Amino acid sequence: MSQITLVEAVTLALAYEMQADPRVLVFGQDVGLNGGVFRATEGLQERFGRERVLDTPLAENMIAGIAVGMAAQGLRPVAEFQFMGFIYPGLDQILSHAARFRNRTRGRLSCPVVYRAPYGGGIHAPEHHSESTEALFAHIPGLRVVVPSSPARAYGLLLAAIRDPDPVIFLEPKRIYRAVRQEVPDSGEALPLDRCFRLREGADITLIAWGASLKETLAAAEQLAGEGIEAEVIDPATLKPLDIHAVIDSLEKTHRCLVVHEAARFCGLGAEIAAQINEYAFDLLDAPVQRVTGYDTVMPYYRLEDSYIPGVEQILAAVRETLDYPDGGRR
Amino acid sequence: MHKPRMHLLASFDIARLQYLDEEGRATQALPDFATPDTLQSLYRQMTLARLVDDRAVKLQRTGQLGTYPSSLGQEAIGVGGGGALEKDDVYCPYYRETGALLERGVEIEEILAIWGGDERGQDYRHARQDLPLCIPIATQLLHAAGVAFALKYKREQLNEPNRVAVSCAGDGATSRGDFYEALNLAGVWRLPVVFVVNNNQWAISVPHAAQTASKTVAQKAIAAGIPGLQVDGNDVIAVRAAVADAVARARDGEGPTLIEATSYRLCDHTTADDAGRYQPPGEVEEAWRREPLSRLGNYLRGEGLWGDAQEEELQRELAEVMEKALRSYTERPRDRDTAMFDHLYAELPEAFVEQYQQLAGHQ
Repeated sequence: MSQITLVEAVTLALAYEMQADPRVLVFGQDVGLNGGVFRATEGLQERFGRERVLDTPLAENMIAGIAVGMAAQGLRPVAEFQFMGFIYPGLDQILSHAARFRNRTRGRLSCPVVYRAPYGGGIHAPEHHSESTEALFAHIPGLRVVVPSSPARAYGLLLAAIRDPDPVIFLEPKRIYRAVRQEVPDSGEALPLDRCFRLREGADITLIAWGASLKETLAAAEQLAGEGIEAEVIDPATLKPLDIHAVIDSLEKTHRCLVVHEAARFCGLGAEIAAQINEYAFDLLDAPVQRVTGYDTVMPYYRLEDSYIPGVEQILAAVRETLDYPDGGRR
Repeated sequence: MHKPRMHLLASFDIARLQYLDEEGRATQALPDFATPDTLQSLYRQMTLARLVDDRAVKLQRTGQLGTYPSSLGQEAIGVGGGGALEKDDVYCPYYRETGALLERGVEIEEILAIWGGDERGQDYRHARQDLPLCIPIATQLLHAAGVAFALKYKREQLNEPNRVAVSCAGDGATSRGDFYEALNLAGVWRLPVVFVVNNNQWAISVPHAAQTASKTVAQKAIAAGIPGLQVDGNDVIAVRAAVADAVARARDGEGPTLIEATSYRLCDHTTADDAGRYQPPGEVEEAWRREPLSRLGNYLRGEGLWGDAQEEELQRELAEVMEKALRSYTERPRDRDTAMFDHLYAELPEAFVEQYQQLAGHQ
């Protein structure tokens, strides 16, 4: 067993499931000989052959659409979009078909497909290569949207996504593809979907973040701990369906909540989380739910991306504002 | 001005297939499958398709059915194409498919249910692996490519039977990326799939000439490197022969085919449309002279294979079939409200249980 990165964990999970289940196949642009532009499918074609690891012609809508047909015939396609910013041609197939096949046929056919894509900014890429539009997909009935934030969760959640009988949008935070190494046993054990992960315990405030934003969120929590403020950090991991009860359980303790996401604020997942807290746990709150998010602007070219992506200082400031509301406001 | 010399790199032909002319006279020896029994059966199925469409439109006009897309005048394409597959093959329909669906064993009450606002119609009792009716234009062609890949994969890797996929689209669909993407992939991956285009000359109000500058739809196969041909889509024998041949070649590992079947939409786009606003009356009148049902009927009568007594008997039999289907359709109770949740996911996620209960009324 060795220490592996998040992107290596993706490869490991794909290999495990391809070995275990002959119905699983991987396809997309450059996923074969080249092993994917981020090397997420490195070595898979060599190991499993060109019949199961396929380079497709360059058409994202086609990638999305053929997956529907494959899945309807009982295969377990794992389709890679090279970047999240290039999924959009395939949105019609994902929204109009993948998400609806089971319902449309009243369960006669289903669509157990995983659509993988690297997402988020921070790698100094050209325009369209730094998108965080998870909320677009979370809005679509019938889909699951999953975002791993560590090598172990990438491995366990991807296995779960492939085994799930319904379509999953699996968004890989490329900024942390190689940020940390972690022991990940190749056990074939999936992690649960539709469940939050508590990454840090604390009683003073609940911080909710996913994907690469957890890097800054956990750093902020660490700094707060030095000041005697214990933040609980929750990673929803499955953004849809959302495990709001885990958030509420945390609020029972902390009574304060801050959501951090890189995506634009308006109609971002933070809005949904705040709305659900409002519906289910308003009385638990000692302060309004705060959001630290990307701006409602186009994701800038990379020279300005550091100013767009929420940083530790913004998170700390929002935490302090929440803790001080109003005048400390503690029960 | 000096013209540079170039040499011819490639050239292509597009062929058109026809067995029966407009009057129902054979233009060449008929294919082997065209036995009296088969021809009578094709005539019966086209008659049934026309009857189902006619009754469905009347149901819509009397408030008993939602928007409905008739196939009037295009019965040969559905019946000829849909009947050219084996039972275990997979059909990937678009939405103007009455004849093909009937050929595939989809029941009349299921077709009515779909257009009567009930998803249960898509849960075909037979043809369990055929795809549901597909409304977003051309998208089903990509599903068919994916299905074909799966069938090929399962045969080669998992020792499953040799099966093929067939899909159909209208001529408007040939303007969409999905169409080109499906043809292109099917060519590159040599998929066992047949694409049939019902060129009925109209995409709602837009005539075919405004859809493409291409002389034929069939030639669009050339760019994808796959065989393409045009058939007289009002000649059910030609449609059946072309699709059956393409299916056989797909089954033999020879890859995909594009078949353009030319016809004419002798009806509104759907019941929500009024083709009188844009179809030239003279053109429609002219098109009626080429329509597929009387063409085959004329041939059969000319050969002494059909007569008034048989026609009368057929009409009586099909009217009964239709009445029975209508009863099933109208008598079926509406689905329960919570059905909208039941198949959203394999298992309803906890996050939506509260909404489910709210809908169920026991909050």
